[in-house]
Amino acid sequence: MTILKQEIKSQKLSITIWSLSIGLLIAACVLMYPEMKSEMGNVNEMFSAMGNFTAAFGMDKLNFGSILGFYAVEAGNILGIGGAFFAAITAVSALMKEEKERTAEFLMTHPVSRTKVVLEKLLSTFVIILILNIVVFLCSACSILIIGEETDWGIMVLFHLAALLMQFEIAGICFCISAFLTRSGIGIGIGIAAVMYFLNIIANISSSAKGLKYFTPFGYTEGADIINDRTLNIGYLIPGMVIMAAGVIVAFWNYNRKDIK
Amino acid sequence: MNYAIETDRLTKTYGKNRGINELELKVEAGDFFGFIGPNGAGKSTTIRTLLGLISPTSGSAKVLGYDIVTEKEKILQNIGYLPSEINFYRGMKVKDIIKYSADLRKTDCSKKAGVLSERLGLDLNKKVDELSLGNRKKVGIVCAVQHSPKLLILDEPTSGLDPLMQREFFNILNEENKNGATIFFSSHILSEVQNYCKSAAFIKDGKIIIADKVEQLEETGAKKVTVKTESGTEEYLYKGDIKELLKDLSGKKPLDVTITEPSLEEIFMNYYE
Repeated sequence: MTILKQEIKSQKLSITIWSLSIGLLIAACVLMYPEMKSEMGNVNEMFSAMGNFTAAFGMDKLNFGSILGFYAVEAGNILGIGGAFFAAITAVSALMKEEKERTAEFLMTHPVSRTKVVLEKLLSTFVIILILNIVVFLCSACSILIIGEETDWGIMVLFHLAALLMQFEIAGICFCISAFLTRSGIGIGIGIAAVMYFLNIIANISSSAKGLKYFTPFGYTEGADIINDRTLNIGYLIPGMVIMAAGVIVAFWNYNRKDIK
Repeated sequence: MNYAIETDRLTKTYGKNRGINELELKVEAGDFFGFIGPNGAGKSTTIRTLLGLISPTSGSAKVLGYDIVTEKEKILQNIGYLPSEINFYRGMKVKDIIKYSADLRKTDCSKKAGVLSERLGLDLNKKVDELSLGNRKKVGIVCAVQHSPKLLILDEPTSGLDPLMQREFFNILNEENKNGATIFFSSHILSEVQNYCKSAAFIKDGKIIIADKVEQLEETGAKKVTVKTESGTEEYLYKGDIKELLKDLSGKKPLDVTITEPSLEEIFMNYYE
């Protein structure tokens, strides 16, 4: 696990900045909740009059008067976008950076097989994403405890689990791309995360585009669905995990046969 | 014969571009071997193929008796490699890079690494980002040598090293060679090859054009002829019947003639012109 340790060590600063930025932003929103709670009745009325705009973000099915409803929208968007971008950047850089920064020659002339390099890089990507999600969850949990609101912790955990799986799926896709790149692909990674996010918005707005939810990991992170169903939508989750696995398999296949630059 | 490196029609092409073409190279175990060629001749492609960084298009090769395609890991366990342009992970200290290299080999070579660093005057606490090319090369040398490999592959190793360090570097290589390691290094500095190598091979356009013991290469029977005539001075290598040479020279009405043994550099230039 030498490569895994080295990867985590080298990304300490990035993990800290991203984890605390997302975690503290969510905590700040939660800490504002008691003040906003009394005005939430008006907000619900306002949103109900906004039609497709509220549907796009899943806000038409949420009660802003409850901490869970408020949390699903605020934390859902912050962790959804922030986490997806972080996962995309981490994964798309994982293999590519060795060739971009010309360290591949150093690493690959040590007695480690390509399969082992890919495996440890993949594990380190998942561990790094896991660390971010643990920090974010702790920040969120502490902020909820501070304001003293009663909440359903089972749904909170489900909500964060969905976000974690969504980031794993994006990481799987971006990791696959990373195995083909030799130059920077951060733009591609962020682009993929953004497209996935907007696909879900389109699916929320138009009933004829509902099928898109099978292709975007944001389909199973919808806060309103998790709160109402008290479970993750397996119909959306399974295709997502298949896409992630396919991405990882292609990454292993390509990296084992490619010429290192 | 026990070979450290043995290739059989080894070929690597990049699309329509040639890398190496049916390369036949044999390096005896325990040899100190110079691999000579101009830029773009295929030196680095040969080395990168032998190390498994790139796959051969056709042909085969064995390093330390192991196949370069199917037994890559066994090869890498027993070699040390110094690339021509060496880069390390940004933000890491020299000592961390050396330790990382040893950890990847699952060995503790801290004692030898310490001795080598001291001999090369390496500051272990400096960050690799702050190092000059020469100092990066020194880190590379420590990483390549610290585990006492059976074969050292070095791609233009002395670029960036000052003359004192070059001498120390060759002292280290000589010691490793005396302890049984095979040294294979590419260079276009012929004096290095002439001074330190037992054998050498010339590569041109992806093919080995000649390979032999350095002393044999020096004794080609060729003479360096310099003829001064009224129209100017002419210099060339001559190989053949000396009577024919003298006949040819007298026909030129020379003002002055010198006939000397050519240096390896002149032999090398003759091959490439």
